[in-house]
Amino acid sequence: MNNIPQLPVSSWIDKFVDWLASFEGFFNAVTNFIGGIINGFQWIFDLLPIWLFMLLVVGCTYWLNRKTKHWTLIGFEIVGLLYIWNQGFWRDMTQTLTLVLTSSLIALVIGVPLGIWMGKSKVFETINKPILDFMQTMPAFVYLIPAVAFFGIGMVPGVIASVIFAMPPTIRMTNLGIRQVPADLIEAADSYGSTSWQKLFKVQLPLAKSTLMAGVNQSMMLSLSMVVIASMIGAMGLGNKVYFAVGRNDAGGGFAAGLAIVILAIILDRITQAINRSKIPKS
Amino acid sequence: MTAKLEVRHLTKIFGRRIPRAEELLKAGKSKAEILKSAGATVGVNDANFEVNDGEIFVIMGLSGSGKSTMIRMINRLIEPTSGEVLIDGENLTSLNKKQLLDVRRNKMSMVFQNFALFPNRTIIDNTAYGLEIKGVDKDERLKKSHDALELVGLHGYDNQYPTQLSGGMQQRVGLARALANNSEILLMDEAFSALDPLNRKDMQDELLDLQENLHKTIVFISHDLNEALRIGDRIMIMKDGEIVQTGTPEEILTQPADDYVERFIEDVDRTKVLTASNVMIRPTFVNIDKDGPRIAMRRMVENEISSVYVVNNQREFIGVVDASHVMSLIKKKERKLDSVIQKNVPTTSPDTPITDIMDTISSTPIPYAVVDDQNHLLGIIIRGAVLGAISGNEVGEDE
Repeated sequence: MNNIPQLPVSSWIDKFVDWLASFEGFFNAVTNFIGGIINGFQWIFDLLPIWLFMLLVVGCTYWLNRKTKHWTLIGFEIVGLLYIWNQGFWRDMTQTLTLVLTSSLIALVIGVPLGIWMGKSKVFETINKPILDFMQTMPAFVYLIPAVAFFGIGMVPGVIASVIFAMPPTIRMTNLGIRQVPADLIEAADSYGSTSWQKLFKVQLPLAKSTLMAGVNQSMMLSLSMVVIASMIGAMGLGNKVYFAVGRNDAGGGFAAGLAIVILAIILDRITQAINRSKIPKS
Repeated sequence: MTAKLEVRHLTKIFGRRIPRAEELLKAGKSKAEILKSAGATVGVNDANFEVNDGEIFVIMGLSGSGKSTMIRMINRLIEPTSGEVLIDGENLTSLNKKQLLDVRRNKMSMVFQNFALFPNRTIIDNTAYGLEIKGVDKDERLKKSHDALELVGLHGYDNQYPTQLSGGMQQRVGLARALANNSEILLMDEAFSALDPLNRKDMQDELLDLQENLHKTIVFISHDLNEALRIGDRIMIMKDGEIVQTGTPEEILTQPADDYVERFIEDVDRTKVLTASNVMIRPTFVNIDKDGPRIAMRRMVENEISSVYVVNNQREFIGVVDASHVMSLIKKKERKLDSVIQKNVPTTSPDTPITDIMDTISSTPIPYAVVDDQNHLLGIIIRGAVLGAISGNEVGEDE
């Protein structure tokens, strides 16, 4: 065994990363762009008074569930947000929310078209599946290293790492949704002379919508799970509080911040699920 | 009659080694041999037929006979391997993508077995789909769709969703969607097969009613011979991707091309397709303007019958006289038959299905007189001929 030389995988990847680093201009542009989105979200959240933020969340939940009143959920949201405010985590919460929303948004914008492409092309699906498996199973910490190299430290590399880790469900579920559209509906659309775009926007996407939204919901939850990891490279927010608590062996502080993440996760999950709820009556 | 749709040498082979399969097919190998040596399945082999303007053309066959492949090649949902499809003389197989879209948008509309309604669209939006795709503006397409829904008898469901409707109603929507498009050709793929028998019959009647006014050219796929015979102007029977026989329902029933077709028609309810003209026989008659009692008597004796039909110079049907009355006239030395003519003879038109007159035939002693719209006597129907026809025997004068 010892006679077989070790494959220099790590040095290959180092070389590749070094080579990528020569595209500094490109990475700077990406950093500025994502930084812009982050700052935009953060600016809005900083501007919103706490009571108005709470009102928006509760109002949103109420309106989305107007047919099936969810008073327990609304009660939970009020109590949960008051808890976060009470613990002094408000700004951290909005920073985490910014990270999650930015990475979900990017995952959506990149993932949905890729998913559609996969849904329409068998070849692209075959190529992409192992890549998606790779993205999801590679320990998320590993993404941090090149992310820092290219995007520095702070929120931006955190968002990048979250996007890579969280995007696969959106792509997969979009692909699945497109492929699940019954064959006779596709035939019907074709037989009336729909172009590919008409077929996509009038038939495939509307019918794939709920599957697609389930993917978006999953992506959002995954990017939320990245917040603690992202805090290792300087992303601010609730994750940072947890990370510090780990460093100081502070169980109380860790749980207090962890609970805030749980509350945020539940609110995000319930709201995106409510958006997803179909308005078409079942027979 | 002009051919609206022509299919020439249309062939479809599924699989990978298509050129090899085509060679084998040309060499006259069977489907099974081709599957074995080229790994390709022959869907449709060298189909040739024409569909006339305004007729209902039924393509009939069991599953696997290639009928679904055939209808999908007509609008190129399935690309033919070789051969031509001509609509109004225009070859569809040579059209580019854009031209094909135009043909699909304007020339033909399809109705599907499982309705294929879009579950995310309301009934009116489903109906308007074809128009929407074409870019017809909203007011106009909603109006046209509404009219199409009225035409198929759906009132007040415009804003419901497909899942809220029963199967029969959903297929009405499917039909309305095709009609709203106002294309001349309707492709109906087992359109009524998913419906229960009563609904199916209703829809068949409805289609026939609509067709009376609309005169569409309809290609209708079915696996049900009764349905084919009921609605088809002509029927094409397919087996294993090949055309076995093409003809009118009568031709199919009376001259089945081979054992396969014969087995098919064995269990058809013949009363549904046979009309009065199929079973009528030539009557013995006298001309009231010319013939007297003695001639009438002679005709009866000649033909060994006890009554004779009476017409006038224009061959218009008047009634019937029987032997005993004619005898009494002869004894009284009368010259005219007028006084003894019985006028309460049941009459029927040549197109009346036998089912409609069965009951009366079995309960009245006098045979039906078959008359056309000018009241000309065409023939008569005797009980024996009806029973013979239903049991599948040749209908002849000697019965």
